[in-house]
Amino acid sequence: MSASSTNAHGSVKSYVTGLVLSLILTIIPFAVVMSGAFSVLATVIVITVTAVLQILVQLVMFMHMSTKADEGWNMMSFVFTLTILVLVVGGSLWIMQHLHLNMMIG
Amino acid sequence: MFGKLTLESIPYHEPIIMVVAAFMAIGGIALFGLITYYRKWGWLWNEWFTSVDHKKLGIMYFIVALVMLLRGFSDAIMMRTQLAMAAGDAAGYLPPHHYDQIFTAHGVIMIFFVAMPMVIGLMNLVVPLQIGARDVAFPFLNNLSFWLFAVSAILVNISLVVGEFAATGWLAYAPLSGIEFSPGVGVDYWIWALQISGIGTTLTGINFFVTIIKMRTKGMTMFRMPIFTWTSLCANVLIIASFPILTATIALLTLDRYLGMHFFTNDFGGNMMMYVNLIWAWGHPEVYILILPAFGVFSEVIATFARKRLFGYATMVWATISITLLSFVVWLHHFFTMGAGANVNAFFGIMTMIIAIPTGVKVFNWLFTMFRGSLELTSPVLWTLGFIITFTLGGMTGVMLAVPAANFVLHNSLFVIAHFHNVIIGGVVFGMMAGLTYWFPKAFGFTLSEKWGKRSFWCWFIGFYVAFMPLYVLAFFGAVRRMQSYPNPEWQPWMILAWVGAVIIMLGIVCTIIQFWVSIRDRKQNADVTGDPWHGRTLEWSTSSPAPFYNFARLPEVGDIDSFWSQKQRSEEQLEEAPYTDIHMPRNTVAGPVISFFALVIGFALVWHIWWLAGVGAVGVFVSFMARVFNDDIDYYVPAAEVERIEREHQQRVEAQA
Amino acid sequence: MATDTLHHGAAAEPHEHHDASGTKLFGFWVYLMSDLVIFGSLFATYAVLMRGTAGGPTGADIFELPLILFGTFALLISSFTFGMGVLAMHANRVGQVKVWLVITFLLGLCFLGMEIYEFQHLIHEGFGPDRSGFLSAFFTLVGTHGLHVMFGMIWILVMLVQLSTKGLNDMTRPRILCLSLFWHFLDIVWICVFSFVYLMGVL
Repeated sequence: MSASSTNAHGSVKSYVTGLVLSLILTIIPFAVVMSGAFSVLATVIVITVTAVLQILVQLVMFMHMSTKADEGWNMMSFVFTLTILVLVVGGSLWIMQHLHLNMMIG
Repeated sequence: MFGKLTLESIPYHEPIIMVVAAFMAIGGIALFGLITYYRKWGWLWNEWFTSVDHKKLGIMYFIVALVMLLRGFSDAIMMRTQLAMAAGDAAGYLPPHHYDQIFTAHGVIMIFFVAMPMVIGLMNLVVPLQIGARDVAFPFLNNLSFWLFAVSAILVNISLVVGEFAATGWLAYAPLSGIEFSPGVGVDYWIWALQISGIGTTLTGINFFVTIIKMRTKGMTMFRMPIFTWTSLCANVLIIASFPILTATIALLTLDRYLGMHFFTNDFGGNMMMYVNLIWAWGHPEVYILILPAFGVFSEVIATFARKRLFGYATMVWATISITLLSFVVWLHHFFTMGAGANVNAFFGIMTMIIAIPTGVKVFNWLFTMFRGSLELTSPVLWTLGFIITFTLGGMTGVMLAVPAANFVLHNSLFVIAHFHNVIIGGVVFGMMAGLTYWFPKAFGFTLSEKWGKRSFWCWFIGFYVAFMPLYVLAFFGAVRRMQSYPNPEWQPWMILAWVGAVIIMLGIVCTIIQFWVSIRDRKQNADVTGDPWHGRTLEWSTSSPAPFYNFARLPEVGDIDSFWSQKQRSEEQLEEAPYTDIHMPRNTVAGPVISFFALVIGFALVWHIWWLAGVGAVGVFVSFMARVFNDDIDYYVPAAEVERIEREHQQRVEAQA
Repeated sequence: MATDTLHHGAAAEPHEHHDASGTKLFGFWVYLMSDLVIFGSLFATYAVLMRGTAGGPTGADIFELPLILFGTFALLISSFTFGMGVLAMHANRVGQVKVWLVITFLLGLCFLGMEIYEFQHLIHEGFGPDRSGFLSAFFTLVGTHGLHVMFGMIWILVMLVQLSTKGLNDMTRPRILCLSLFWHFLDIVWICVFSFVYLMGVL
């Protein structure tokens, strides 16, 4: 039990890697935005991609989310919540955008 | 010193409220006096209020829910009486502002303080027993959830006598519920009652989700779980994913009202339609939180009394899961008329029709379970049959409402009222009554009177049709919802007919009260000694009635769906009687009631803008929570000898009866 | 497992406690999922109300990226320091755990200070949350995250007291692990905030 648990809780090395990665993934979008070197579309793409990568770094390196923990329930509940968020947030934006176009509300 | 609270806040000038308040006061004093006279306070506090036993919490949920049912039903009969009177030039007996509060209170109470606690109460009572667990995952949180719910019920009742309740409709649409159009404290009562009970509900959702995932007994894989456990699991998933939306939405409305922000206001860039959007993003899953466990009850009842395994167990489970997912993509059908356009309406209309498919699958499963079974027409079965007929009808009117074009005509009419009572009474109420009758012996050790149960069913069943079919008719004459009076005297006969229906339903409630009385009186004759009065199929029937506080002396092992049934069929002798072992149990806790009391203080203080008192409440919550956090003495072991003594007594009772 | 059943009394107890801690951690994870939905609702509201400036300032007018970058670094590094605390806990070094928790607390304080400065500055300029729908949504979204950080810091203080009085045991260990999840979770929310509110807001 103890051997597997140290593995699941990470090591100094994995935490340092996580820190370095997250710092890099923060500096990139800030630099891109503050320099204004790219087009708006390209900047948005960079921001989104680095954000998603950085969230993954936090989840995997720091929160140790994996398909093995809690027989996969841990991962599955996250994926489910994410699905619901995509549906509700995305749906709301879609609805309100159309409302804005049709009724000039908001 | 007391914020907005003055002596004028008490509505002396409204005779109806004062009479009701007087009755409540007399009832309260009588109850208080009786408990004091029989010196039961200590017993109540030690055995019930501080209990972490899921079975006792389930019973307490039901008691509060039944009391609140009386309050919610009084609102209903008052509305029907008003509408039976107020035709043409007649004004009826309720002034508009009071009438508005009544229909708001009726909706809020029936959904949040009757239907929800009944569903959660039933889950408490049954789920741990069905999965062969000794308690829930977080017993203290379970107690806290109950008390958070109970104090918000108290807060709603305080609003009757001190101040007023919201007059906005049960979902308090902005901007009507904003400070500009509802400057009184009514909406604030609504906000804090829902916010406090909502937190309790979210905790319950987490608690039962983890319980079902983590605490199933040996051998009970996901696809061996009883259907009621499955539907509860999905209902809890819905709670976890949707109640936070309600919490956030109400919090934003609160910020608008208390700090002058502009989320849902008309001006300064606010967007009131976002409120409608968010509240229904919670509101539609909420509908399934209520109905899924009722579906579970019917599945258990039908399988038990038809003496057959449920037809299509796997399809039932998958239908439940798909309803869970689909319930998050249909919320716009509550506001087709908002004006989001044809594409949006078409998408949500089609999704709504699609969600009817898994529900249809379930109906066929129940029918095929009865088919060629030896169905015993007990009162739980009557409720189930009544449900299948009524709910199918309600489902069809729902599909009619799901057609956007038709919805533009039907929206806001009595058709909507008739539809959702059609599914909530026909689905949730019938389901909870069936569940109550079915599991009552497990909670108390004796069965309920069948005679009065059947009378209650027929009153509810007939009363429902007499009360709500006229509303469908009236809708086609153009009658809208939430009107205090109407100019067209030709509507009056239908309104009177609906009133008669409400009176018949009232007789049903009276029958239920008599049923309790008669059953408690005859509890010796109706005793359930074996613990298995209906020849049940699932694990809760394998332990004694009422179940011992540790549920199972030895944790059962499961090898199949309906494992207890097949075990009985094989008439398996317990070959090796393993010795009893010490049982690890959680201790009772005062933290739940104390924290919730301070939450009530916060809620009341914020309603009336008594800031110092809110501060006192907040400190109270923090300190009592810390006291709990620093308390290490939260569990104990029941010695094996004690377990053996309790089990032997049960054995002796069974043998004595045999 | 098989031997466990034979020697019931002694072997079952630690096993049961291990289970309880796993259940707690999983329960807390599920709570975080529900909290995520709260933030999701706030993000949706922010996105819808972003246009509702009512003649007041837009995001591009008021966001100061260098300040945000400073706060972001504080929070990201605090996530790492908490991780080191958890490693120290697994090595049973109570003293080290406390040191890492104090460092995490101080970094959280830096972040919170940055946010309070920003809010106070905006309100002082007349751009408070009651100015427009956009500012209401901005203050509420960022403020809710800030409140969470504050609760996390109070929780750190409570854990420091418990570590001093009780040390590392079956009660405090799962709590530290839950708190670490909470702290990392706040980082994830902040990543969304700085990406979608601040960075995209100034474009």
